Amino acid sequence: MKSVDNREGSIIVAKYIIKRVLLAVVTVFIICAITFFLMHAVPGGPFNKEKALSEATIAALNARYNLDKPLVEQFLLYLKNLLHGDFGVSLKNGREIGAIIGESFPISARLGISAMIVALFFGTVFGSTAALMRNKLPDRLIVFFSTLFTAVPSFILATLLLLVFCIKLQWIQVWSANSQNYLLPIIALSAYPMAYITRLSKTSMLDALSQDYIRTARAKGVSKFKMIFKHALRNSLIPVITYAGPQIAYIITGSMVIETIFTIGGLGSKFVSAINNRDYTMIMATTIFLATLMVIANLICDLLYKAVDPRIKLD
Amino acid sequence: MNDIPKKNILSAQLDLSRFSDEAFVPATEDEKRQQDVMSESTTFFKDGMRKLFKNPLAVGSLVLLAVILITIIVAPMVVPYRYEEILSVNGKRDKGAKNLAPFTYSEMEQRYIDQGGERFPHIFGTDEQCRDYFIRVVYGTRISLFIGFFASIIVLIIGMLYGSISGYMGGRTDLIMMRIVDIIYSLPDMLMIILLKVVLDERLNFPPGSLLDRMGTSMVSLFIVFGLLYWVGMARLIRGQILSIKENEYVLAARSIGAKPGRIIRRHILPNCLSVIIISTALQIPSAIFTESFLSFIGIGVKAPMPSLGSLANAAREGLQSYPYKLVFPAIIICLIVLSLNLLGDGLRDAFDPKLKR
Repeated sequence: MKSVDNREGSIIVAKYIIKRVLLAVVTVFIICAITFFLMHAVPGGPFNKEKALSEATIAALNARYNLDKPLVEQFLLYLKNLLHGDFGVSLKNGREIGAIIGESFPISARLGISAMIVALFFGTVFGSTAALMRNKLPDRLIVFFSTLFTAVPSFILATLLLLVFCIKLQWIQVWSANSQNYLLPIIALSAYPMAYITRLSKTSMLDALSQDYIRTARAKGVSKFKMIFKHALRNSLIPVITYAGPQIAYIITGSMVIETIFTIGGLGSKFVSAINNRDYTMIMATTIFLATLMVIANLICDLLYKAVDPRIKLD
Repeated sequence: MNDIPKKNILSAQLDLSRFSDEAFVPATEDEKRQQDVMSESTTFFKDGMRKLFKNPLAVGSLVLLAVILITIIVAPMVVPYRYEEILSVNGKRDKGAKNLAPFTYSEMEQRYIDQGGERFPHIFGTDEQCRDYFIRVVYGTRISLFIGFFASIIVLIIGMLYGSISGYMGGRTDLIMMRIVDIIYSLPDMLMIILLKVVLDERLNFPPGSLLDRMGTSMVSLFIVFGLLYWVGMARLIRGQILSIKENEYVLAARSIGAKPGRIIRRHILPNCLSVIIISTALQIPSAIFTESFLSFIGIGVKAPMPSLGSLANAAREGLQSYPYKLVFPAIIICLIVLSLNLLGDGLRDAFDPKLKR
């Protein structure tokens, strides 16, 4: 009897995973379509430069980059190229966008992942501490700072950190290719998510502490340490996982600003300079790349959430 | 207690026959009032406001917001400079008034004052293009608040219409409408905003002199972008509210005694949604201000010479080493506005919607 249940259960899980993956694929397709058609709605072709080109040259260039074909066909060609890992060529410097992403994304990923880990770790630590010491001084301090940091835009925090620690106090060298110090960028990038996770994990910890199984554990004489780490903390972490997905999106957009301020040559700062230079192919490719990344991250978080907590119904 | 006549010393029963007539006097008005256990009847709104004003954080935020609002309304009337005005003394351009520190004058202005002229102090100093910085920060605050407020109103209107239609119709209409919402919801909003903003800034053209033209394409496209993407959260929220309220017993009771749908919506559904709508609109404002300052920072916010707090903070990065105060003023004001709006929103939620989770 039990094995039948298990098989049915695994079929439901498999169905759910397939459904979510398909949905993610559709989302990515929609993102590609929106991005492509929006970028082609911008007036002026890529070869409208200050230097006048002869008609024959423009026609040849258009034919070379398939710009003479109907828009839908261009879109399909673009998709086909994307699937082959070909993101096209930057309008401004003529380099392969795939290569630009390949060299700058690892820098951003390193920054983003470190910031995410810092935010998750310190967020849950602070949140749980605040919940366990409710209405005492540490709780008050944590609540005060987490409220404060949800009100500071990351670019302002980053600029202030740069001003105080790099320029006024000169404790930390200004970030450059030969003196890489990720400390300030990580602080600036993780402050907002950390504050948010702190608030979230405080509420979920308080919620977990008021549950019946905690009372049972205490009645059984379980040590306080074991009660907190084995029973309360593990349950209070579940809502934090759902929040980690959207936070990744925040970290990706936040890294655009942080990398620009600290002049880190990651994908984020490349994206911002592409926007300022109106480098449309670069904007298009980076948007699709980052958006796909966010969709995948959200998908993984969702699946993980369901995997961690068997009480959640799959729908 | 001892002089109360009892039937027996250990009994709790009173011996009424031993009471004198003087003991039976009618209660005075004061004594009657002591028996009142009912509190005065209040409306939902009054009760919420009373709770809100008991919350010191919410009151503090309200006061702070009021001070900021009064300053940005009054300051342009008091300060004789305009936000795009390059300073001049007696009609001559004052080239020395560049990057002045707060409350200082340039050489030309100093000479003018020494000759007996009156000059309004530069409270926050001046910027790199010889413009009074205080008035620029004031206008930046105006624009940031304006954007935050109107973007939230746009989001509210679209979301409310969409959500209430979807929730009230139910069935297939609801299903299709919610699928569209799901798709928009799954798009990474910030990237789409950046993309739309880049395209709209290039594409939008308004007839010169019209209201939209005077607002500037960058501002209008900002509203369009907010309107296109941010309403989905609001629509979901309102639909969920309407769906759950529709199922309540009091709605059934109202329907069973023959109330018309219009009356049910007005008397029962709308008042119950209202708190959620107010709270999420209040919390939408700071997020719109955040988004605008982010866009200004990466160079696609409102266009120069119009300042917003985000673009002022961005411009201040240029001379960060020498003129840090140019970053500090707009930064503090953004943080104060967002902080007080957040706290006010939390206060509103606690006061008006005790059911909602923190």
